[in-house]
This record gives sequence, C-alpha cells and structure tokens, in this order.
Amino acid sequence: MDNTQIEKMDNNSGASVLLADADVAIIGGGVVGCGVARRMAIEGASVVLIEKAADILDGASKGNSAILHTGFDAPPGSLEWKCVQDGHAEYLDICKSMKLPVLKTGALVTAWTEDEEERLQGVLEKGLENGVDDLRLLSRTEIHKMEPHLDSSVRAAISVPREYVIDPWSAPLAYLLQAVENDGKALFNAEVTGGDFDGSHWLLKTRRGKVRARYVVNCAGLYGDIVDHAALGNSEFVIKPRKGQFVVFDMAASKLINSIILPVPSERTKGIVLFPTIFGNMMVGPTAEEQDSRDDASVDKDVLNMLAEKAIKMLPALADIPVTATYAGIRPATERKEYRIIEDTERNWITLGGIRSTGLTSALGLGHHVHTLLSSMGASFEKREHVVTPTVPNLAEHLPRDCDEPGYGEVVCHCEMVTQREIEAVFAGKLPAGSLAGLKRRTRATMGRCQGFYCSARLAELTEGKFEIPLGVGDAHE
Amino acid sequence: MNDILKAGSCDVAIIGGGPAGISAAIELKKLGIDRIIVLERECEAGGIPRHCGHPPFGIREYGRILSGPAYAKKIVADSSLLGVEIALRTSVVSVGQGGLLSIICPDGATELRAKRVLLATGTRETPRSARFVSGGRPMGIYNTGALQSMVYLKNTIPFKRPIVVGTEIVSFSALFTCKKAGIQPVAMLEEKSSPTVRWPISLAAKFFAVPLHLDSHITKIIGHDRVTSVRFGNGHGSEKEIECDGVLFTGKFIPESSLARMGHIDIESGTGIPIVDQYGRCSDRTYYVAGNIAHHSAEVAGKCWRTGKTAAGWICKDLAGQLM
Repeated sequence: MDNTQIEKMDNNSGASVLLADADVAIIGGGVVGCGVARRMAIEGASVVLIEKAADILDGASKGNSAILHTGFDAPPGSLEWKCVQDGHAEYLDICKSMKLPVLKTGALVTAWTEDEEERLQGVLEKGLENGVDDLRLLSRTEIHKMEPHLDSSVRAAISVPREYVIDPWSAPLAYLLQAVENDGKALFNAEVTGGDFDGSHWLLKTRRGKVRARYVVNCAGLYGDIVDHAALGNSEFVIKPRKGQFVVFDMAASKLINSIILPVPSERTKGIVLFPTIFGNMMVGPTAEEQDSRDDASVDKDVLNMLAEKAIKMLPALADIPVTATYAGIRPATERKEYRIIEDTERNWITLGGIRSTGLTSALGLGHHVHTLLSSMGASFEKREHVVTPTVPNLAEHLPRDCDEPGYGEVVCHCEMVTQREIEAVFAGKLPAGSLAGLKRRTRATMGRCQGFYCSARLAELTEGKFEIPLGVGDAHE
Repeated sequence: MNDILKAGSCDVAIIGGGPAGISAAIELKKLGIDRIIVLERECEAGGIPRHCGHPPFGIREYGRILSGPAYAKKIVADSSLLGVEIALRTSVVSVGQGGLLSIICPDGATELRAKRVLLATGTRETPRSARFVSGGRPMGIYNTGALQSMVYLKNTIPFKRPIVVGTEIVSFSALFTCKKAGIQPVAMLEEKSSPTVRWPISLAAKFFAVPLHLDSHITKIIGHDRVTSVRFGNGHGSEKEIECDGVLFTGKFIPESSLARMGHIDIESGTGIPIVDQYGRCSDRTYYVAGNIAHHSAEVAGKCWRTGKTAAGWICKDLAGQLM
C-alpha cells in the first residue's frame, strides 16, 4: 500500500496515525539526511525522511560556507576524509544531470605570519598524504598574479585547485527531491520523540504520528544525541554546538577575488575564510564559538565588526564595499573532532553524528557509507532499474537565471532578480517551501542588498496562506 | 515590448520612474527631446510616494496638498498626457560605456543604446544587517519602505507592537503609517542624545503615544520564529528589555547606486553617491543623476522633482552640443 493510503486509513488526529511504512527512515532534513535519503532511494529502498521543522535545512545546514572540499586537510585515512573525497567526486559526477552549479574557484591556503608560513609545509605534506596531489606552493609573485587585490602582506600560499564553491541549498534540495521522485517520502513538522524496536521493525513516534521502518538512520545533526537518547536510551556522544558568524559583502566585491582564501588550518577549526559565493557575493567567516544553545544563531556586533575588519585586512578594497547581510550558523560539533558514526546492529540503527563543516561535501559520501553499513547489517534492496533524476532551478549568478527567459511575469526581488514565475514554481513543486527562510533558500528572494525593502509587500501577497508563520500578521485598518 | 526598446536606441533613457525620473521626462518632452523612455522595474510608476499614504506631497509642483499615492498617480498621468513612454516591469541589469544598457523585461532580454542616461534610482534605508545589530534573525524586522508598501499597497501589517529605531523625518512618517494601520509601536529608540529631526520631538512622541528613548541602541534582538523582545542599553551598562513583535529600522538612507557601483561609473567612497560635475554628469559623461541617488539623505519628492527638471535642462543642452 502506498503512503497516501496509509494516511487516509487512520483518520484519528494526532500522534497515533501511521504516517509512513518504509524500509529506511532518515531522521533529519539537513544536507546529510537529504544525501542519505537520495542514496538509499537509488539503491532501491523505500525511504522516508522525517524533519522536525517546516522545511529542510533548518538547523546546521542553513548556514555553512558552501565549499566543495577536496579533503586535503582532513585527518589522513579517516572516515571524514573518505566521505569528503567520495562526496567531492560524486557531486561533480551528478551536477550536470541535476543542474547543480559549480563555481570552479580553487582555493589558496594563505600564510600571513612567519609561523603560518612554517606550517605550510605540513599542510602540503598532509594534502599529498590525503591523495590531493595537485597542491602547489606559490610564491608571492604568483599569488599577486592570481589575486591582485589581496593585501601584499601575504607571505606565501598553497594552491588547492579543486576546492570549489557550490549552492549549499539547492544541492540538498536536489538530493531529497531525487529521493521523493523515486518513491520516497518527506515528513515535516514531525519531531521524533521516541521509538520502539520489535526485533525486526522500528515504530518511531513523532509529533505528527508514527513511522514504521526496518532501519533508522539518525541524521539529526544538532539534535543527534537527543534523538539517540529518545529512541535508544543512550548516546555515545554529546553535541557541543559551535556557532559561526558570517558577513556577506555586496556583489560589487565579487570582482575583487577569484579564489577561496583559506587560512592555515588549526587542530580545531578550518578558520576564517574569505570566499566568493555562487550567488555573486563575497563572504567572510565563520567564527568558532562554543555555546550551549542548539538554536540560538544570534549575531554579535563586535564579532561582525571583527570579521569585516579581518576581511578588509586581507582584501583592502573591501573597505569601500557595503555589507549586504550577516548571519550565523551552528555546527554540530561533539566532544571529539572526528565524525561519530555509530551502528547498533542489534537494533538496525545507524547514527551519523558530529558531521561539521565538511558535511556539505561529505553528504553524498556518507550516503554510500550508510548503504555499506546497512548491507553489512543484512539489508538488501533491489537496485532501481530506472532512477528518476530531477533537476533544480538555477540560482547561480554565473549561469542563466529564470529572468533570462521571457514570460516570467514580474521581477519580485529586484536585488537578486527573483521572478514571480520562480516563486510560484516553488509552491507547485513536490517539496514546496514551508517557511519564508525556505523560500529564500530556494529562490534568493530578499537575500540581496535591500534585504526586503522593496519586495516584502509583494512577497507577503504571493505567500499568503502558504506558511505557518506568515509575513503578514493582520490587515491594515484605518 | 515598447517601440523604443524594440528599436534599441533612443536619445535619453531615464532609469527609475519616481518623482525625479518622471519630472525629467516631462521636462525633456517640453524641451522638444522626443525619443525618450522611462525604464521602471516595478509594475507601476510613481516611486516611493506610491506607498506614502500621508500628506504633504505636491506643494512645490502643484501648489496644493496631495497624499503620496494621489501625487504618484498625478505625475504619471501628467507625463502620459505629454506622451512620455514608461516601460514598466523593465529592469536595467547593467550599465555600460557610452550609454549601453542591458535590460531584462518579461518579453525577454534586450539592449538599449541611449545618447544620454539619467540615473534616477532613488534611495533606500540601511537594513538591519548592514547596521551590524546583535541578536537573532526572527521574522518581524523591516525598514519603513517595506512597512509602507505592505500597508498601503497590500493592506497587510508585518507586526502589531514594534520598536521603532531612528528619529529622522521618515521615522515619523513610519509612526503615521503605524497609526493609520492600527499598529502601536512600544518604543522609539535613538542612538544619539538628541533626535535627528528638529521638531518638538517629545510632543510628536506624545501624539503617537510612543515613549522615546534617547542614547539608546539595541544590544540584542530576541525571538525564534518572530521577534519577542528587544534589549537595549545606553552604553553605560544599564540595559532594558521590552517585549515587542517587530523592529522597524528607519532612515540612514543610502543612495541606490548599485548599477553605477557594479558598472564603470565612479562613486564617492563612503557615501556611494556617483561623482558628478556641476551639471550632474557622471565620470562617464553619457550618464547623469537626479533625485535621491544624488543626496546624502532622503529629500522630499518636491526636491527630487526639481532636480529631475534641472537635469533635463542640462541633458538638453548637452545633446545640442552646448555643454563642455
């Protein structure tokens, strides 16, 4: 029986409804959950993704640095390294067929002090050990030639040619869309509160109803330990939320830089990066601030000023470029640095914990890893003969946008050139936006320099009745 | 597509159909320059006055007091009587050397070669992000422009009890809008020790029943889905927290000079205003400016109207070869 029948079958309201019965339930609609859902659907499993928010990418995945990593600085031989390498390769493999954009920027690991310069050799060696064999030490002259606007105090750099910039929101959307197009299901506003394993199947309790599944993959990111506690009764790790703030500069900055400018990484963090975005902006961030809250992504004036100053120090011409946006993301770090992959083979449960900033790249690799783990648990699925490959609308600035095609109605968001047709398509699609933030991530609406000064009114009109938390809170009366 | 856009060339292209752009178009027509076009990206021309539902507009131009929307309608109707062509839903996406404009409209992308271009793109308020205000980013944070277009164009309100930040003229325009729409601001904050406008401000705040806090800046915006409260301090350690459901950032106008900035036209460091000579002519002498793109603060519609007219005069002389 299909999922729609199941929902109709039980018309009791509330938590006793059986929402889905699937081979694999994936908890969490971040990039990792979306990547795992895609892989398992392709491998022939019936999948259901369960998300507690109204839309995907509501937690850690909403604020990252959008870099497709090579894994040059990952711990050699680690699972993180392997998943990053697999993810990098698979992304480049599928990006054409799914119309996912890539901005082939390359990266420079830049040394600004004597100490950093000394550490560059180690970075080079680690990169080679990690199989990233196209790293190259650059002289000052070479750096200047590649990045003429970079401050002349840069001492040396390593070029990492295959570090790229991607669209951090369209990619996971495409992954989940592919799962859904291949008979998968996605449930929103369905926080998992517990579950029971009967020896062969899980019955997960969610705020909206129950989900039955043979296998469960916990991709709950910032809430990974909480979900493990709720269902398994214990967790092998503790999430230590780590906030990262970003400053986004106006599109005028994009002509100042070509590459991702990385610092020499430390043991703890990749450090503060200056990088072009695929949407045509330039960004600086993230910070790495430990905090208790898993959802307080507040920005702080002093930190933002520090970030802007740091960016200007690296790229002096930025001093004249206005700031477009500021935001913060929270990484699901744990008490240890490495990925925390936990298998409960007795209870058909896998937890993907502690997936930090490399998650955007490693998600596809983690999908393969989950498939391998499930197979070793005895799961076997008949690989799909015909895999549906959906495409997503292009949001990248360097490629044709919707407004370049006639018949778009009107431009709604002028700063980011978002059309009425694009916005309407978001609500007609199989994964419509569940919140204004979700709409922004699918279209770029209001993300530009005016931040909604011009288009908020029209957006309120176009999205009326679509969101649980609407733009308008009432009628204007006189 | 409009005839001039189809032909791909004209004498003067005016970017922006607000008071400055429309007044320049009218004046150019009166001076006998016929092949002109106003390029307006919105579905309706008239500019910001379209959503300023309060008087006084039109004193300088018409000698009587009109509301913003009535004024916007009137200037557009007047221009139409003179045969001014306004291409609506038409966005200029980049400006090139010598007046070559890249344009996107619902009929497709096109290019327009104009002998002269007038940038009349106006101004906008500094959003929360560029002010580096601390705190979360819940819903309910807006500028006056967004509030007024929601209220006057779409009859909807984004909050009921906001905090208003700023004490410029526009801040009081925002209070008028709130009053009309049934929104009751819970406080008005000003960073400085005195208000920006030179009015008996305490009276105004009393009239709107909004407590005014001077020397006050936001230290944190709080709220998950929507704004629930705002913390603010006076910089000397004392902090207050007020419950509210939105924050309205008013004023701190910045010229809408993105086209110039993204293109080849020199702009003033800091202000973002295009650098012009005594005729209002940019570093690329094909381009002129008029209206609020050329001002440090937002000027009233009447003044923008006047600068549009002046610019038209210079452009006319320029086209006749009378400017150096």
